[in-house]
Amino acid sequence: MPKFETQVVETDLLILGGGMAACGAAVEAAYWAKKSGLKVTLVDKAAVDRSGAVAMGLSAINQYVGLKDGKNTVKDYVDYVRNDLMGVTREDLVANIARHVDSTVHLFEKWGLPIWKDEKGNYVHEGRWQLMINGESYKVIVAEAAKNALLQNGTGQIFERVFIVGPLMDGDRCAGAIGFSVRENKIYVFKSKATLVAMGGAVHVFKPRSGGEGMGRAWYPPWNAGSSASFTLQAGAEMTCQEVRFIPVRFKDAYGPVGAWFLLFKSRATNAMGGNYMVERKAELDHWLPYGHVKPVPANLRNYLGMLDVMEGKGPLFMRTEEAMQALADTYKDDPKAYKKKLKDLESEAWEDFLDMTISQATLWASTNVQPEQKSSEIAAAEPYFIGSHSGASGAWVSGPPDLQTDETRGEYFWGYTNMSTVKGLFCAGDASGASSHKFSSGSHAEGRVAAKSAIKFIVDNKEAPKIDTAVVEAKVAEILRPLEVYDTHKAETTDCEVNPNYIKPRMFMFRLQKIMDEYAGGVTAQFMTNKAQLERGLELLAFLREDAQKLGAANLHELMRAWENVHRLWQAEAHVRTMLFREETRWPGYYFRADKPQMDDEKWHVFANCRFDPASSTWEMRTRPIHHIFPQPKEHELLGG
Amino acid sequence: MPSYVNPDKCDGCKGQDRTACEYICPNDLMTLNKEIMKAYNRDASMCWECYNCVKICPNQAIEIRGYADFVPLGASVTPMRSTDSILWTVKFRNGTLKRFKFPIRTTSEGAAVPAGGFEGDGDLNSPALFTEPASLGLSELFTLGNRA
Ligand SMILES: Cc1cc2nc3c(=O)[nH]c(=O)nc-3n(C[C@H](O)[C@H](O)[C@H](O)COP(=O)(O)OP(=O)(O)OC[C@H]3O[C@@H](n4cnc5c(N)ncnc54)[C@H](O)[C@@H]3O)c2cc1C
Ligand code: SF4
Ligand code: SF4
Repeated sequence: MPKFETQVVETDLLILGGGMAACGAAVEAAYWAKKSGLKVTLVDKAAVDRSGAVAMGLSAINQYVGLKDGKNTVKDYVDYVRNDLMGVTREDLVANIARHVDSTVHLFEKWGLPIWKDEKGNYVHEGRWQLMINGESYKVIVAEAAKNALLQNGTGQIFERVFIVGPLMDGDRCAGAIGFSVRENKIYVFKSKATLVAMGGAVHVFKPRSGGEGMGRAWYPPWNAGSSASFTLQAGAEMTCQEVRFIPVRFKDAYGPVGAWFLLFKSRATNAMGGNYMVERKAELDHWLPYGHVKPVPANLRNYLGMLDVMEGKGPLFMRTEEAMQALADTYKDDPKAYKKKLKDLESEAWEDFLDMTISQATLWASTNVQPEQKSSEIAAAEPYFIGSHSGASGAWVSGPPDLQTDETRGEYFWGYTNMSTVKGLFCAGDASGASSHKFSSGSHAEGRVAAKSAIKFIVDNKEAPKIDTAVVEAKVAEILRPLEVYDTHKAETTDCEVNPNYIKPRMFMFRLQKIMDEYAGGVTAQFMTNKAQLERGLELLAFLREDAQKLGAANLHELMRAWENVHRLWQAEAHVRTMLFREETRWPGYYFRADKPQMDDEKWHVFANCRFDPASSTWEMRTRPIHHIFPQPKEHELLGG
Repeated sequence: MPSYVNPDKCDGCKGQDRTACEYICPNDLMTLNKEIMKAYNRDASMCWECYNCVKICPNQAIEIRGYADFVPLGASVTPMRSTDSILWTVKFRNGTLKRFKFPIRTTSEGAAVPAGGFEGDGDLNSPALFTEPASLGLSELFTLGNRA
């Protein structure tokens, strides 16, 4: 086995990840670090220009509150998020992001992001909270500001192509992180006074619908592998909403976005018989009150109504693109020239929506000769993902801001530093922090900024550097490199290096995880359904997989990264299964269905379900945390359990 | 395949200080075969078809062939990205051609100024971020005390 060099990097603030939240953190931290004479280090497994969920670009900014126009209030946004999540939301966290997000969007525009404007110079809204953008270079622009901030004022440095494996601890305080380069034989030890986790969510924990070349075409990008969740779990942080996965309903197979179709083009989705499940199954919504009656209908309930059609054999479901485009163009019926132009503009907008963020969908349309103005396209529910920044909610349990608490919430939701987890010096943002969904790209950036400012404040208040035991570091280095060692030791024992009784390659390890999750934890083939017995059986099988993680074998640095990605996925999987088991009800039926507890039980379960892995004893602890409002709610709302 | 490299066009990024496709791929897939100095996608089934390698290749050597397990053959989607816009050519299986051009940024490359010209209160203890409240377009930041 080749020799690995160890490089130690000492810094004040360590930002892990280079996506939307991390770039927001970099911009904000650079300013405060300069003022306080501190150093900031950002580490990304990829190239910051094109890393994370926005790597390909986006066609919309999904969170803009528009406070300056006086149309919406912070409370409006909080109400929207709480209702969409069936009542389970940290209002202080959502309000905090909502009060800052416009500021971030205005910066995006200054940096050069083209945001659509109408004739009067106002932003073009896709929906109430969404802005249309020409977003091919969204990430490039956001990364540019982050790099300029860190590199031009002398406070910062950036490491790309360094994969973070896990935390380094000094007792109950986070002392930094350890990882390795995927380009050269080098281990990196980062020592920091505060660490901000922003390594995105997780995909490929569940078996994807497509199993061949198309396996990488999950809705969520294959490179976010649960590193945020595994990092915070390994550090001993309390986690929340680990049961709240996200299942997007998108154009089938290529997962092209549907937001513009529903919101901008006002399209309908129907079953194969032309029936609109949102209308025909309206009565079903009465079973999920009060959320069944809020507008817009929560994402998971919309999913659920469509799923009921599919389970009844009424599929496929179709997005009625031709009908929607026709209806929009028809408003210009009497003016043939304007009509033609309108249809052409709509066509271009429809294609741009895909070309900016899901190019595969454009390829799929072209390869099946689909012209959206002439023909409907299939939509379907994807497999489950973990993306706490979108319509899921999984992430670490973090402190809210001091000035958005009530007497009731202060003791429960606030402990000193905004966005700090329950571990000292460990901060989280974007997909890494939980119970604060619907932050999307813009809100994740804003939250990254909030967390970074707070982390700098923590460092100013806690100047002494934490200590790291060198023996612990040495043991970690050996552990990180073990898959290379295992492979090297045993590879000559068989004639095919892929099949060997003494090791398992990362790919097969991932397939085993996906099969367990798919079949026992409510994946696609289980029709998103599970129960206590299945979850318990799933945990038994996950335990064997955890043991076999010791026998992962990797032939090179690329496979070494794959090995650790899959260990990270396993952490996310285990937290998910344990929390679904703990919450004895069904609350998000279009995300997962506990068949043995088929109803919502607001009396007992209108609470957060939290979990924690105790690193000292290697055991899991489960607990509930109360849900409190920070905005007064009308009485009937309380009675309904909102 | 998903992304694939045309061996006649790839020169291994000779003359550049780094291999562009290898540098940019978010999933560490593009890699250089040093023996023949040509790049390839080492794991097609982990490719997101994000097109970042396609857009960055100085020789237009990389293309995408849609995932064979659900995309019929014969179509192509090809970008040409300049400093301020992107031009897409969509070729259908039946030969139909469509072209679209979209802006990608309104400022010149590298010009993003972190503070965007906004100045904040500079107080580490306040909840306002470094550009606030100016960047909000409001005179003050929302708190529970001053809520509307
Ligand atoms: C298909 C899709 C469509 C979306 N559409 C929209 C939309 O239209 N509008 C909108 O506003 N939002 C949209 N979103 C949501 C938005 O992309 C996310 O909310 C946002 O990117 C979350 O930011 P983040 O920083 O938490 O994660 P990301 O932006 O995903 O960043 C994660 C970062 O962590 C790095 N990383 C991961 N693991 C490691 C590791 N082990 N070591 C080092 N680095 C690591 C990654 O390389 C990356 O830099 C969409 C998301 C998806 C997936
Ligand atoms: S960027 Fe293009 S020319 Fe350079 S190595 Fe990759 S494929 Fe070859
Ligand atoms: S299309 Fe994207 S994921 Fe696929 S090889 Fe190119 S850069 Fe990598």
